[in-house]
Amino acid sequence: MNKNINTDEIKVNIVIDGKKVQIDKGNTLMQAAKKLGIHIPSLCYHEKIKPHGACRLCIVEIERKGRSKIVASCAFPAEEGLIVHTESPKVEQIRKNLVELYMALFPFNPEIKRLAKKYGLFSTRYKKEYNYCILCGLCVRYCEEVKKNNAVGFIGRGINKRVAFIPESAYFKKCKDCMECMDICPTGVFPSNYGIERIPQISDS
Amino acid sequence: MTIKTNKKIIGSLEVLKEKARELEKELENKIIISVCSGTGCKALSSENLFSALKKEIEKRNKRDTKKIILKKNGCHGYCERGPIIVIQPQGVCYLGVVEKDIPEIVEKTLNGEIITSLLYYDGEGNTIKNESEIPFYKYQQRIILSNNSKIDPESIEDYIRVRGYQALAKALKEMTSDEVLNEVKKSNLRGRGGGGFPAGIKWETTKNTPADQKYVVVNADEGDPGAYMDRAVLEGNPHSVLEGLIIGAYAIGASKGYIYVRQEYPQAVKNIETAIEQAREYGFLGKNIFGSGFDFDVMVHRGAGAFVSGESSALMAAIEGNVGEPRLKYIRTAVSGLWGKPTNLNNVETWANVPYIIKNGAEWFTNIGTKKSPGTKIFSLVGKVNNTGLVEVPMGISIRDIIFKIGGGIKGGRKFKAVQTGGPSGGVIPGNLIDLPVDFDELDKAGSMMGSGGMIVMDESDCMVNIAYYFLKFLADESCGKCVPCREGLRQMLYIFERIMDGKGKEEDLKLLGDLSIMMKGASMCALGATAPNIVLTTLKYFREEYEAHIYYNICPAKVCKPLISYVIEEEKCAGCGSCAKVCPVNAIEGEKKKPYKINTDVCIKCGSCIEVCPSKYNAIIKRTGIAGKAITEKKEVRDGMEVT
Repeated sequence: MNKNINTDEIKVNIVIDGKKVQIDKGNTLMQAAKKLGIHIPSLCYHEKIKPHGACRLCIVEIERKGRSKIVASCAFPAEEGLIVHTESPKVEQIRKNLVELYMALFPFNPEIKRLAKKYGLFSTRYKKEYNYCILCGLCVRYCEEVKKNNAVGFIGRGINKRVAFIPESAYFKKCKDCMECMDICPTGVFPSNYGIERIPQISDS
Repeated sequence: MTIKTNKKIIGSLEVLKEKARELEKELENKIIISVCSGTGCKALSSENLFSALKKEIEKRNKRDTKKIILKKNGCHGYCERGPIIVIQPQGVCYLGVVEKDIPEIVEKTLNGEIITSLLYYDGEGNTIKNESEIPFYKYQQRIILSNNSKIDPESIEDYIRVRGYQALAKALKEMTSDEVLNEVKKSNLRGRGGGGFPAGIKWETTKNTPADQKYVVVNADEGDPGAYMDRAVLEGNPHSVLEGLIIGAYAIGASKGYIYVRQEYPQAVKNIETAIEQAREYGFLGKNIFGSGFDFDVMVHRGAGAFVSGESSALMAAIEGNVGEPRLKYIRTAVSGLWGKPTNLNNVETWANVPYIIKNGAEWFTNIGTKKSPGTKIFSLVGKVNNTGLVEVPMGISIRDIIFKIGGGIKGGRKFKAVQTGGPSGGVIPGNLIDLPVDFDELDKAGSMMGSGGMIVMDESDCMVNIAYYFLKFLADESCGKCVPCREGLRQMLYIFERIMDGKGKEEDLKLLGDLSIMMKGASMCALGATAPNIVLTTLKYFREEYEAHIYYNICPAKVCKPLISYVIEEEKCAGCGSCAKVCPVNAIEGEKKKPYKINTDVCIKCGSCIEVCPSKYNAIIKRTGIAGKAITEKKEVRDGMEVT
């Protein structure tokens, strides 16, 4: 491998849902789809933050060397000759089940509402537990990567995992002025706690 | 690392061989009494036996004392009958030794006599003297565990005596790194950690990735319930793992190694640390090993007790000092692992196989086991089987041979129902597949997996719904909780199982379990979530009628699920002795002496104490299943939701 070539500059050709696209090597499938105007649903993806892959709504089916595989498009890097299906039967079957599971967690998110309508789901068979937080980690990662405050983190593991502020954190004072994690939350947990009705998006600037 | 000019450093294969011969001579005309001090025997106070033996030997006259060498060994594997004492060179094996036997053992051993009462008894009037003749050992093919009963794990000289480190010398002095790699590739050694990925191909990927630093890692984060083979190898023969690791590092071109051991294995941590220290002294680790110009050193990293840390990317995150969670990466760790550098991770047992392959050649290795899965595999045989312990067998052996020939059949002569293989990620194999050959591919086909080698034997008194619930609960607690399909899927599965076990199962629950399984298998981030439904899918496939009995008839056929069982005293059998009423913790049993007692089912907490104390001559208490007074609903057609690709 020649070290002088910047790998970022290499372009690769991939096919998403039958449409060809040329994109920088190392870019994710999600970015490639965006370029084509194909919408891949997701809850934990944000352009400014490294992918986390927790919500798994962004799964797509890829074909490589004659084999197919289900991957998370928010993190899977584009490779030459990759064929991607964002709505193959397999993906749709899994995503439908996943949406039904989400409906038991927090059915109020616009994306979940849209997908539920698409799949014709009006109720969920799973035990309803509107605990809202789905541990997408947007607040944690935003605080860590963008604000560099590390004032909110995960605690516990398995089914007992949850998000919590770190009270001892010296940055806690800053939280009052920032509160950007509340805007970024896809479930509206933080906003609802503070009486904010809409869920605003953080501006790109 | 500093290089010390040390007399101990061994520079060539010839010196090593000479040293082995010398050490062997030392043992001539001596009696070796070795006490198993694996964790299993230690729990049965084998430490006390050792000190008692020491005292007893010291009491004797000088000539006798000189004749005896006392040794501590690692796990012998026959944990059911511990503590074990083996006397060499005759190979006499004493089982279940207690402290008061010690003076007799020393006395008789010195006179060349044998204590028959401590030998293995086959139940038909015969005793077996030699360890190798005992059925439990006879049908095994011990390679990795073969030296466990011969060496003191804390002594490098013992390991050198059994031809240790000669494979390393051979690899470094006589072979190029490519030749070593090719030998391992030819042997088709497959990863013993569970996946069964060919080790040689993994090594090659790491070797061929250009980088200034490469790592090799030993995965000793053994967390499966009921599995302890890695512990036995690390505790009993740590040098073999180390030797394999150094050979692998040489083949790959890595200069640094990590051994990731669970904190819960203190003895293993201690022994491997001692082994590393000794290997450094002898020049098997450090700079310019065997004068070949190859540098390598190892560090021990203690795990923080999370099951998921055994996953390769989570393990590496833990070594780096981060939370032990699987990383979202679609680049293999063999290419980008520890600190972004190519890292080769293999299981303890895989590494321990390497010296034997180099020493005896790939062809020797491929002649053992099956064509696609060569070599031996250690299983930890536990559960309702007579001889629990560690079993090393060639791949392709049938489950029947393992359970009945080696394991000695089911406890209490009950009927064999199923065996759970592969730990929480695996599934169950039912009784009618008992002749299934055990190797990576056959177990996969049956819906279970090899895993790291746990084998939990179950009999008719085990409820499969309850077993599946147990493993799901374990996974729900031990999952990292990062991705939604795994975390929430497991949570919902637990709700469904709790419902079924409570007798409140719904008709649609089986379909729901199927749907959840499909979703978890497809969408989970790592193998923990993707394999978690295996236990549900296999129990549903092979024991569907048990689920249906729970849901439609409120019956637990194995009489395990508490809400579905009740205890009843049979009036005609009860003699009114009152012993059950005495032990009942909630005073649910009432009655008068000499008259039949009665259990108040409203108060009863179904602890089962009464059934234990009821004298066997009466046997008046019986377990019943089914909720009294609840009408049995008619069985309805079950929609099939189990088509999983």
